[in-house]
Amino acid sequence: MTTQLALSQLLNGLQLGVLLFLLAAGLTLVFGIMSFVNLAHGSLYMLGAYFGAAAFTHTESFLLALVAAVVGAGIVGLLLDRFALTTLYQRDHLDQVLATFGLILFFNELIRIIWGPSSVFMQVPQALSSTVDIFGFTYPSYRLAIIGAGIAVALGLYLLIQKTRVGMLIRAGATNANMVAALGINIKWLNTLVFALGAALAGLAGVMAGPIVSVQPGMGEPVLILTLVVIIIGGLGSIRGAFLAALIVGVVDTLGRAFMPTLMRTLFERSTADAAGPALASMLIYLFMAVVLAVKPQGLFPASTSVTR
Amino acid sequence: MKFFPQPIVWSSPRTVTAIVVLALLAMLPIIAAAFDASYYVSLTTRILIYALAAIGLNLILGFGGMVSLGHAMYVLLGAYAVAIPASHGVTSGFTQLAIAISSTALLAAGVGAVSLRTTGIAFIMITLAFAQMLFFGAVSLKDYGGDDGLTVAARSSFGAFDLSNNVTLYYAAFIAVLVALYLSWRAVLSPFGLVLRGSKANARRAIALGHPIFQYQLVAYIASAVVCAVAGVLLANLTLFASPSYGAWTVSGELIVIVILGGLGTVFGPVVGAIILLALEEALPTLIEHVLPDYKSNWMLLLGLFIFVVALVLKHGVFGSLKSRSP
Repeated sequence: MTTQLALSQLLNGLQLGVLLFLLAAGLTLVFGIMSFVNLAHGSLYMLGAYFGAAAFTHTESFLLALVAAVVGAGIVGLLLDRFALTTLYQRDHLDQVLATFGLILFFNELIRIIWGPSSVFMQVPQALSSTVDIFGFTYPSYRLAIIGAGIAVALGLYLLIQKTRVGMLIRAGATNANMVAALGINIKWLNTLVFALGAALAGLAGVMAGPIVSVQPGMGEPVLILTLVVIIIGGLGSIRGAFLAALIVGVVDTLGRAFMPTLMRTLFERSTADAAGPALASMLIYLFMAVVLAVKPQGLFPASTSVTR
Repeated sequence: MKFFPQPIVWSSPRTVTAIVVLALLAMLPIIAAAFDASYYVSLTTRILIYALAAIGLNLILGFGGMVSLGHAMYVLLGAYAVAIPASHGVTSGFTQLAIAISSTALLAAGVGAVSLRTTGIAFIMITLAFAQMLFFGAVSLKDYGGDDGLTVAARSSFGAFDLSNNVTLYYAAFIAVLVALYLSWRAVLSPFGLVLRGSKANARRAIALGHPIFQYQLVAYIASAVVCAVAGVLLANLTLFASPSYGAWTVSGELIVIVILGGLGTVFGPVVGAIILLALEEALPTLIEHVLPDYKSNWMLLLGLFIFVVALVLKHGVFGSLKSRSP
């Protein structure tokens, strides 16, 4: 029973991890290449979830919901990059933090106006609503599908960045944007592409999370914070680091939440442990991040040895 | 030693603004009483408390270039230093202040010593991490309300007088702001402040000149944390409530917004920033109600746009855009 519980919690952790990776990949690329801190990345995740939920209720096709979320969030990202954020890229991080903090408030309220303040329900797609037997315990197949999709996207990103011409330009842009521009590459176009790609990935994460979290205004912020933790632990600008750190954070957070109360029961009274356990479990990843930063300020997998910078 | 650390240029727009704002703040309870609008006293007390916390943050953010996204944790600590003793019947303001200041100084020394090993974006994130830890730590205090927070039965008493009167509390906050303004003004222009500002402008050069900037930064970090803790003490007194939400990362974000809105690296900027932000939060719903009654609750949309535009357009904040020869 305990091993099965541990295994299913491990899978839950992996599932959270791949979702975090989808968000972290875009955020860390945008930071690595444009040196831009985008706090509004969580809003794109939220928009993806809402676009997906709306498309799903209207068409009852999860495939269309996926397309709507990815394309919709991508377009919003494109528009943001072209019309709102261009002047911010040259500014210091503080201005970027302030501006995108404003955007968070804006998008949360926009969603509240359009879809109302209460949460929107999104069903698990019919084909994936069953459970699967793995090693003698049952696990929802939808969550397994999330893990699979996340790993597939990670593989695709790896191939895109390491094996294609665009990927080469992205890597070059992260190393020295001015030099790439001087060699005749339209760096603005490259930036827009990366930003829109990141936005589309955030939208994908949003729509995939839709059926298992509550789709509501402000749903992007807790995820954004976790994503920031991921890209810091992984090393800014490093896709490989983001992937590994996302899995670590997802698993540590989930296992902590699942087993911390039980663990604490051996030390404290049951009531105290049940109350304090979840909160202390939430502290775990921050403790982990603080230790990582204190020991290795560049993160666990700094970008220089990996994809970018 | 002269009282003012630098000669005051009376004709400069910044001096005039600062004096007019402070004079209005000094008279506000009297004006409010005349118009029978006592609500505005508590609203302005809130503004003053946020201004105080922002003055604290400005010490390291504006003058030291350290972007802390975790300063709300010291507000939280200050508030709990009032609420927890109060729940055990200790209402002495001196004791509560002593607990708030000593615990904050200790915590800030530890957090600062670790965080200052990093710079730039890593510093932002590590301060955020510590603040989140304290936030969840407060949530786990089941005996003191946990997630819901705990109410404060009585306001702090300082020997002969106590803060139970709203106007007294207002002037306590006002005086705290005045003292913090004066001290930060002095600090910024002192040799200490010079090294601190130098470490912001060019850390490598400051080190090369032989200044142990880590120690300067750490002292500034602790001082700024203590100012925030005092703001927390006042906040718990104002709301008669302490909750983990005081230490939420969005509050740290709001404090940064206030500092930047007012003008980074100006002594008086945080006061202007706090007035603008909190007054907007108060006025926008009423304003929208007149134009589009259905959308009254959606004022955050405009606030978000406003913050965005300020970040784009005003590089030096509202107060910082006024001309002056002095910081």
